[in-house]
Amino acid sequence: MASIEERVHQIIEKELGVNPEQITPEASFIEDLGADSLDTVELVMAFEEEFGMEISDEDAEKLTTVQGVVDYLKANAE
Amino acid sequence: MDPKISVHITGTGRAVPDRILTNQDLEKMVDTTDEWITTRSGIKRRHIIGPGQSNSDFVAQACRNALAMAQVDAADVDFLLVGTITGDLIFPSTACLVQEKIGARNAAAWDLSAACSGWLYGVKTATALLKTGMGKRALVVGSEMLSTITDWTDRSTCVLFGDGSGATLLEAREDSPGGVLATYARTDGGLAELLHIPKGGSRYPVTPEVLAERSNKVQMKGNEVFKHAVRNMESAAREVLAQAGLGTGDVTLLIPHQANIRIIKAIASRLEIEMDRVYVNLQEYGNTSAASIPIALDEARRAGRVREGDRVLMAAFGGGLTWGAALVQF
Ligand SMILES: CC(C)(COP(=O)(O)OP(=O)(O)OC[C@H]1O[C@@H](n2cnc3c(N)ncnc32)[C@H](O)[C@@H]1OP(=O)(O)O)[C@@H](O)C(=O)NCCC(=O)NCCS
Repeated sequence: MASIEERVHQIIEKELGVNPEQITPEASFIEDLGADSLDTVELVMAFEEEFGMEISDEDAEKLTTVQGVVDYLKANAE
Repeated sequence: MDPKISVHITGTGRAVPDRILTNQDLEKMVDTTDEWITTRSGIKRRHIIGPGQSNSDFVAQACRNALAMAQVDAADVDFLLVGTITGDLIFPSTACLVQEKIGARNAAAWDLSAACSGWLYGVKTATALLKTGMGKRALVVGSEMLSTITDWTDRSTCVLFGDGSGATLLEAREDSPGGVLATYARTDGGLAELLHIPKGGSRYPVTPEVLAERSNKVQMKGNEVFKHAVRNMESAAREVLAQAGLGTGDVTLLIPHQANIRIIKAIASRLEIEMDRVYVNLQEYGNTSAASIPIALDEARRAGRVREGDRVLMAAFGGGLTWGAALVQF
């Protein structure tokens, strides 16, 4: 099974149509990866589906960077 | 249920107000931009009713257009169902007013309240009625004057909605293949507060305070609604395809509820239906709630995009929450 990092990177690549090199830990979805607010909603949906969990709107608002998502999923998934 | 009876959509019609509100007009009303509205929703214009006009006027015109297409006399209609949450009056129902306006003197007429899914719920109801043999023809309408319940100071909702009516005539036929192949409808009342009008009904009647805080107007948690809309319309679409034993490749045209281009693209991508098989007209009308699918279906039919034998997959979603889908072969 791929690591949480790998799964997160794959989803970001697919959802935002960005190159793997752009997906650095500190990259912000909106500032650096060209997402708008609805792209981030779709991104959160994709994480929810991949990790079989629900991410509340409150939590989702704080998930603005790649590392933020990885840390959140490590703490909350499974 | 008589297995020999199938139910066909033999006529469609629409009617929308002439008055147009553009994104540029909205820029003068609230703190927004054409660019924001276009990228977040795909909407460019919406039609808005003017003084002296009413929902039932547009429903009546849409019904007359649908009857003319099918060459059916209004007196031969058995059921008249109007999906709406913006009826002319609290009561009688808009369907009653329309029954009189079009002369459907032999019809039982009533409104159906399922928000944006109103037309789809109506199709499900009418199909079941006609399959029992209780009647032969039903006018099923979705019609909404959302501008009358929109909070025009709330930029997160007022840019999305518009007014209009769409009507369909459903007819029962014997030993005729095709027609309504499958329908599906579901509800989740636990999520009522994601998209609702909090006050102004019998629980909290209109008071000066209600008017001042505009709690008699639509309120929505947009991003939550977005998620449910995508997931529920996708699952409803899959459900009707499964019922009919068909796959997405068998669908000629997908007509999703016209709420937001971003929702539509997400559904199409999940269903693996290319956008050239998806009907989109929200740039012209905005979200017209229950009217959106029948308006789009009428446009698609009159433009020759739905021909005999074609299978059209329609998926609806709205406040309630309510959602559903119908698969129809023309
Ligand atoms: C309403 C919707 C377009 C909002 O999209 P969004 O970009 O994710 O919106 P957010 O609420 O996250 O807001 C993002 C920002 O845009 C702002 N904004 C909202 N409406 C705006 C508008 N009309 N113009 C400019 N900015 C606007 C917000 O205030 C927010 O700004 P902030 O970050 O400074 O607070 C989207 O959620 C949607 O379409 N949902 C589905 C709604 C629907 O179709 N409902 C009917 C179903 S039947």
